[in-house]
Amino acid sequence: MSTLLEVSGVSVSFDGFKAINNLSFQIAERELRAVIGPNGAGKTTFMDIITGKTKPDEGRVIYGDKSVSLLKMSESKIAQSGVGRKFQRPTVFEDQSVFDNLMMALKKTRGPLSVLFFKPAQKDNEKVADLAEQIGLSGALHRKSGELSHGQKQWLEIGMLLAQDPRLLLVDEPAAGMTPAEREHTTDILREAAKTRAVVVVEHDMEFVRRLNCKVTVLHEGSVLAEGSLDHVTKNEQVIEVYLGR
Amino acid sequence: MTDAALPRRQPFALRFPSVMIFLAILALFTVGVTVLSEGFGMGVISTSFIKTLGKTLCLCLVALAMDLVWGYCGILSLGHMAFFGLGGYAIGMWLMYARTEIIVLESLSAAALPPTPQEVSDGIATQIFGVVGSSEFPPIWAFAYSLPLQLAAVVLVPGVLALIFGWLAFRSRVTGVYLSILTQAMTLALSLHLFQNDSGLRGNNGLSGLQNLPGLGETPQSIVSLWFFWASALALALGYLLCAWIVSGKFGSVIRAIRDDEARVRFLGYPVEAFKLVIFTLTAVIAGIAGALYYPQAGIVNPAEIAPIASIYLAVWVAIGGRGRLYGAVIGAAFVSLVSTWFTGGQAPDINLGFYTISWVDWWTVLLGLSFVGVTLFAPKGIGGLVDVLIDRKSPNRHGADLGPDHGALREQEADK
Amino acid sequence: MLRFVATLIACLTLAIPATAQQADAPIQQLLQSQSDLIVKSSRRTIGPAIDALANSGLPQAQVVMDKWQTRQMWVNTETGLFIYAEEVDRDTLRIFDFADGTEIGEVPDDGYDQLKPNSGIRGLIGTALVQFQLSDPEPDTRRRALDAIERGAEESHLAALRASLGNETDTQILARKQRLERLLTIAYGETDAERIEAIQSFEGDLGVDVRAALNPLLSARIEAADVLPTDPDIGQVLSPGSEQLSRDDAYALLVSADLAKPRISVEDQRNALIENITDGQVAGIQVATLNSQEARDMAYVALADQGTVTAVATEAEVDQRLANHVFYERYVGAPPEVVFAAQAALNAIENKVAINQMFDLSLDALSLASIYFLAAIGLAITFGVMGVINMAHGEFIMMGAYTGYVVQLFIPDYTLSIIVAIPLAFAVTFGAGVAMERLVIRWLYHRPLETLLATFGISIALQQIAKNIFGTQARPLTAPGWLDGSLVINDIVSISYIRIAIFVLALLFLALFLFVMNRTRLGLEVRAVTQNPRMAASMGINPDKINMLTFGFGSGIAGIAGVAIGLYAKVTSEMGSDYIVQSFMTVVVGGVGNIWGTLLGATMVGFLQKGIEWFNPSNTLAAQTYMILFIILFIQFRPKGIIALKGRAAEA
Repeated sequence: MSTLLEVSGVSVSFDGFKAINNLSFQIAERELRAVIGPNGAGKTTFMDIITGKTKPDEGRVIYGDKSVSLLKMSESKIAQSGVGRKFQRPTVFEDQSVFDNLMMALKKTRGPLSVLFFKPAQKDNEKVADLAEQIGLSGALHRKSGELSHGQKQWLEIGMLLAQDPRLLLVDEPAAGMTPAEREHTTDILREAAKTRAVVVVEHDMEFVRRLNCKVTVLHEGSVLAEGSLDHVTKNEQVIEVYLGR
Repeated sequence: MTDAALPRRQPFALRFPSVMIFLAILALFTVGVTVLSEGFGMGVISTSFIKTLGKTLCLCLVALAMDLVWGYCGILSLGHMAFFGLGGYAIGMWLMYARTEIIVLESLSAAALPPTPQEVSDGIATQIFGVVGSSEFPPIWAFAYSLPLQLAAVVLVPGVLALIFGWLAFRSRVTGVYLSILTQAMTLALSLHLFQNDSGLRGNNGLSGLQNLPGLGETPQSIVSLWFFWASALALALGYLLCAWIVSGKFGSVIRAIRDDEARVRFLGYPVEAFKLVIFTLTAVIAGIAGALYYPQAGIVNPAEIAPIASIYLAVWVAIGGRGRLYGAVIGAAFVSLVSTWFTGGQAPDINLGFYTISWVDWWTVLLGLSFVGVTLFAPKGIGGLVDVLIDRKSPNRHGADLGPDHGALREQEADK
Repeated sequence: MLRFVATLIACLTLAIPATAQQADAPIQQLLQSQSDLIVKSSRRTIGPAIDALANSGLPQAQVVMDKWQTRQMWVNTETGLFIYAEEVDRDTLRIFDFADGTEIGEVPDDGYDQLKPNSGIRGLIGTALVQFQLSDPEPDTRRRALDAIERGAEESHLAALRASLGNETDTQILARKQRLERLLTIAYGETDAERIEAIQSFEGDLGVDVRAALNPLLSARIEAADVLPTDPDIGQVLSPGSEQLSRDDAYALLVSADLAKPRISVEDQRNALIENITDGQVAGIQVATLNSQEARDMAYVALADQGTVTAVATEAEVDQRLANHVFYERYVGAPPEVVFAAQAALNAIENKVAINQMFDLSLDALSLASIYFLAAIGLAITFGVMGVINMAHGEFIMMGAYTGYVVQLFIPDYTLSIIVAIPLAFAVTFGAGVAMERLVIRWLYHRPLETLLATFGISIALQQIAKNIFGTQARPLTAPGWLDGSLVINDIVSISYIRIAIFVLALLFLALFLFVMNRTRLGLEVRAVTQNPRMAASMGINPDKINMLTFGFGSGIAGIAGVAIGLYAKVTSEMGSDYIVQSFMTVVVGGVGNIWGTLLGATMVGFLQKGIEWFNPSNTLAAQTYMILFIILFIQFRPKGIIALKGRAAEA
């Protein structure tokens, strides 16, 4: 399997504090990967760098078949080239209906003029309806998303990510605030998604990670501490020390 | 999957009843005013009040633009009255040039020799710029002779200025209050520039006599004022339709999303800066057109009209009317400017407190300022909120949280259910 | 009989003074010899009379001129003798003899005419008097004489000045005399060597008087010739159409030197054509076709061919003539050697002047920066520290200034009133700030755009209230006497004490801010609340109270700034809005949340504005315009200001 994203030797510091320190990371085109680490390990900053929100002081981020560098691209260009991101807190557009939210996320030309003259075709409407069904929001399609429950918003955001049809999916704590049944469903969706694209899941919950049943990367103080199956890394002395503070 | 889940493509009018209601009211109002006017009908409404109404319609149009940029896109621009003024200057240059040309030609035709082009041009320049001690045309008047070119300037000057300013500001990710202060600084710089005599636009004298249309000296003002009234009403109707069309589609979704959570929109892959730039420029153009219709009715445009305070008042109108809904902006502009005219015109009865008489000419601004604080604090929906009470529309309960993390995001109380 | 009595009385009245006056004293004889000129008293003809007096060498000449100048000289209508007199009452004079200053007696003024020299003559007398006054025993008189020479020097003064140098005892006056002597030598020295030496002695002197003495030497006349002359007194060669010599002037020069045909103005040409209209035609050309300059030129040429009007130069001829001649300056102020020495000295002086002007400009910029800093420091607290945008900040400045004004109404002593006004202004605006925070701002935390608009509403209300109370005209806030005047370093560099006071006040505020924020409990709690309000609250700090106090503190400082700004500018209801945009610019340019940034921002804005004014001194509006444009561009490249916070702190 060829590599989709390669992060190498990346460092970034804020006012002298090294948030990311010489971090290297790789993920294949169709792979599910869990990233775990204690608070302040640099998980969110790591995602910020890939999505273009934070520019690193040094290092390279290479992406895709043509091996383009993401560092010179804006957030929206990175998103357009197929990197989707789900935030820790559910962030949907609360003033707008579920339908509008999904329609906005649907993979289309993003330029202002084409958006201005955009008219949804029958195909697009069906696609949105399909997505709504997949995330269990068929009945709430025309409700303002601000009225949804916390879990429903999480779903809607996952739906929006799927609508974007990204090649690389970055998911930050998807299971937070969900019921056990909803977690199960989320696991299924992520595993299903990883069959056609690369998925990186940042998660605290070990049970959830175990259920994902995938390769795990442990971050600590801005660099990779260990990598491998969950069983492999949980046996690692350093990992135990970091997590349990021995 | 059921068909019920999909939105049916209903006609535009049915999907947005408020647009049709608004247009109907506007049409009725226009017809009514025409019938009651001095120029065509019963003469109940004086010509000067027709002008006030026509000007108010122009202010409603620029308020629409402000609502689009602030209420829908979250950019609190304190520069749109500058674009409005620029539109006025652009048309004012032609009006002044053409009318002075007629006067000069007339006076020169009595001379023994037919005038040379140079004599005509010198004559016009002396007439126009004598007041700032100059008798030559500044380069920016190069196209003043031509109505089509100055009409193009009405659109292009505000548009290009907004494009350049917006491009600079948005690309460096200046947002929120910083952007507001920056637009205010732009406005201040522009008005200070125009205050100079060597700006080429007659310094603080501004352009005057704009109510006299060149070549129509015979037509009475009562008729001309109605023409402008109709033109303003038409422009407002078209502007309303344009704005309604923009905010109703996916573009509207995206700009409202930008207002509430800009970063999230960026991660969806939309070039946020380009969208903001389109909205900023488009609204600047609308403001310019509104100004071009307003100032011939006002008769004079001067740099004081462009001062930063004018643009803040514009934001005040939109807020009092209720931002984020188009009819709110129109109601706010019409209400505040008409009430203002009433109070400052000395028509409001003074209140005698015994020890002090409250004269509204002096105290109206105080009342306006304080009532504005009141609206911001207690009625974020503004006058438009009354509509919600009327049709029993409720707000979602989000326990006091705003609809997004951005400074321009709607407050919970402002959102529709 | 009656006639006899009259003659007798006349003889009696005249007899007493006539016998007592020494009619043959040399001074009286001199006066008599110039009597016609003196009595006639015309500025144009009086010169010889004054010269005769001044050069007579008579000790009484000074008295004569002194009395003449102060209108105390009278002439006896009968005898024509001159005396000086004091008026005892309306009709009586006490008269004195010029010869020895003895009192002759009291007489009715019927027989005497007062000499009333006009101001022009008095000036001439004054100039002549100078030589006496320069050696007067009274130092004040000598100083006055020097003042008079400085105001209007004349060639004769040089000799007088030189003569008086030897017996001058006062060292200060001697120094002045010596300097003046050298200045006069530049203008009137007999030999070139002497003048050049005097010029060179002033190398690098910044005095305005030196430049005033040197500049006339460089005066030049523009001349034209076929070939450039090789005379030594030829200066710059000028080309027509340049800044020093316009094309029209150059051609006019040729015309006046009879080197070219005259031109005709468009106006004159038009009039000439109109005069020659016959039957709707000019020289056979239809009048209706004369609607372009080319057509009129042709018609005029046709007229000239007929001999009706004089031929004039066409544009082509003008160009040709101009090309065939060379235009140059000829020095007429002094011989060439002196001119070159003066030029060299002036160049040296101008370089030094430029450096000093730069220094003076920097002082100006520094004081402007202090004013911006004063106006912005309160904002740096409310906006920079709390993130609350307060559009009414300018009105707090105004409130402070009006407080000062009201205090001065009650306390007439300016020093005392300022001492009272400063704490009172702080108290008033502190109260206003706290009230505003409690009533409005705390409901709008995290809604900066709404805060902006709500505080703007307060701003226009406060402005209008001030207008209603104090009227629209500017109110004075007078500085105490010891702040009047300037610290003068030399003729170019000076700074008014009030600006120094404002600068010192700005430094005090900076120190106060640093002290409060870094050394007091309040500062600690403020920093805690701004960084993490919830954490601060859990540690027993009441964020509500801290926000209230911080806002009050920032507003109070604005009030004090108002007093300072009121001293420097006028107090009006609009003074706040004059500063608000610049204040925000200062804070934003400097970098929000950092007092050093505000200091740098104020310095940058102040220096920038003065720097731009230096390029275009006549136009402060343009300077402000360009400064704002520059700041807008600056923010493009450093959106977070000069001192930017990075990382998570910046995003909070």
